[in-house]
Amino acid sequence: MAESPFKADIERVQKEYSEKMTPGAIARIPGSSVINKTGSWRVFMPEFNRDKCVRCYLCYIYCPEPAIYLDEENYPVFDYDYCKGCGICANECPVDAIVMVRETK
Amino acid sequence: MPIRTVMKANEAAAWAAKLAKPKVIAAFPITPSTLVPEKISEFVANGELEAEFIKVESEHSAISACVGASAAGVRTFTATASQGLALMHEVLFIAAGMRLPIVIAVGNRSLSAPINIWNDWQDTISERDTGWLQFYAENNQEALDLILIAFKVAENEKVLLPTMVGFDAFILTHTVEPVEIPDQELVDEFLGEYNPKYAYLDPEKPITQGTLAFPAHYMEARYTVWEANENAKKVIDEVFAEFEKKFGRKYSKIEEYRTDDAEIVFVTMGSLAGTVKEYVDYLREKGIKAGAAKLTVYRPFPAEEVRELAGKAKVIALLEKNITFSIGGALFQDFSRALINQKEKPILVDFILGLGGRDVTFKDLDEALEISRKALAGEEFEEVNWIGLRKEIL
Repeated sequence: MAESPFKADIERVQKEYSEKMTPGAIARIPGSSVINKTGSWRVFMPEFNRDKCVRCYLCYIYCPEPAIYLDEENYPVFDYDYCKGCGICANECPVDAIVMVRETK
Repeated sequence: MPIRTVMKANEAAAWAAKLAKPKVIAAFPITPSTLVPEKISEFVANGELEAEFIKVESEHSAISACVGASAAGVRTFTATASQGLALMHEVLFIAAGMRLPIVIAVGNRSLSAPINIWNDWQDTISERDTGWLQFYAENNQEALDLILIAFKVAENEKVLLPTMVGFDAFILTHTVEPVEIPDQELVDEFLGEYNPKYAYLDPEKPITQGTLAFPAHYMEARYTVWEANENAKKVIDEVFAEFEKKFGRKYSKIEEYRTDDAEIVFVTMGSLAGTVKEYVDYLREKGIKAGAAKLTVYRPFPAEEVRELAGKAKVIALLEKNITFSIGGALFQDFSRALINQKEKPILVDFILGLGGRDVTFKDLDEALEISRKALAGEEFEEVNWIGLRKEIL
């Protein structure tokens, strides 16, 4: 499995991040929103069928988060730490390789 | 050398801005403050002030442009009044929350309806919960001085809060008085350059301003605004002292006048203080033990100084040009808060007067005196009194 391209960023932020309040509640570390794991907002999750995928990259391009990156063979990988379950990827997928399923925790 | 001249408070405010050298001024015209940006635009056009003058389409945009400029890291100024300040309302909270030391000159004017362009303090008083500091000028010289002081206090690292300086519509904004324009070099020394420690834009060191705060952080952010208001109390005293040393004019949060053996002390703000001091002299001649006090600083509320003043008086008569419906004036509420838990406290009597530009005369003050004397004598009295009401048309 490929690594998230944001891995280094996430590690950097986690190392530098401090909750200490600055005047004006300024976020001093660039990209520090990665500490908010927005995956917890999800109701439906994208379920991926690798056999159907034609590697068109539409899901990868359209994901607004972005919570989709590509593995070594250029298949999409879903980062469930940040995927909010918006369903755009499933909607755009021309071969129905992504379906949204209700998530049970 | 300082220049002694005559000018309106609006011009004095424009001169203060020129002396403070803001890099960005964004303003929208409104009576009675229009002359402030008009004069500043003249300074800019003549090359006397090196600044970006942004003409905007509303006061909401004016203050928004100021927020943007201040967040980028430069000294910023604007002027407005009444509905204009009300239109700025939501952005005032943002400026304070983002801790941007913007200074606004306000020509204190009533709020609609009915539409009225004349003086009372409802515009600034209604913004008292925004986190902004508030100063009130008694005369045109104070308007100029307090704007310089406002920049110095606002930009202090322990404060970093936007500040509004109020001066009464027409009574000051359009009245010509003697004003001393301080020496530019001295002002430069006094204010220095604005070098923001936190809020500025630098591509080499990117930050996010105007962030979202979840419930886990919002209260702490609000608390820092409370803390900054508390810090401002000491900083204001220090800046007043420094100002006096440099320019020779003395300011204090509450200026007392003949209060030492006073039984009744009239408390007010702005230009009305001049009338009230005159009235106190008149009462003293008649042997009535009266004194006066003027709040130059309204936010942060000088509770400590209020307690000190309260120790000298048996009755405090609050003369205010604003109203919170079903409660009374803002000063009445604030004085009550400062004194409620004191063991010994004077009686507070509230007077609402001079709304919408109605002149406050000795006759009105006689009416206030009479009610205050009733309170002093232990007789029944109304807590909130509308003075000078034309009952015949009600």
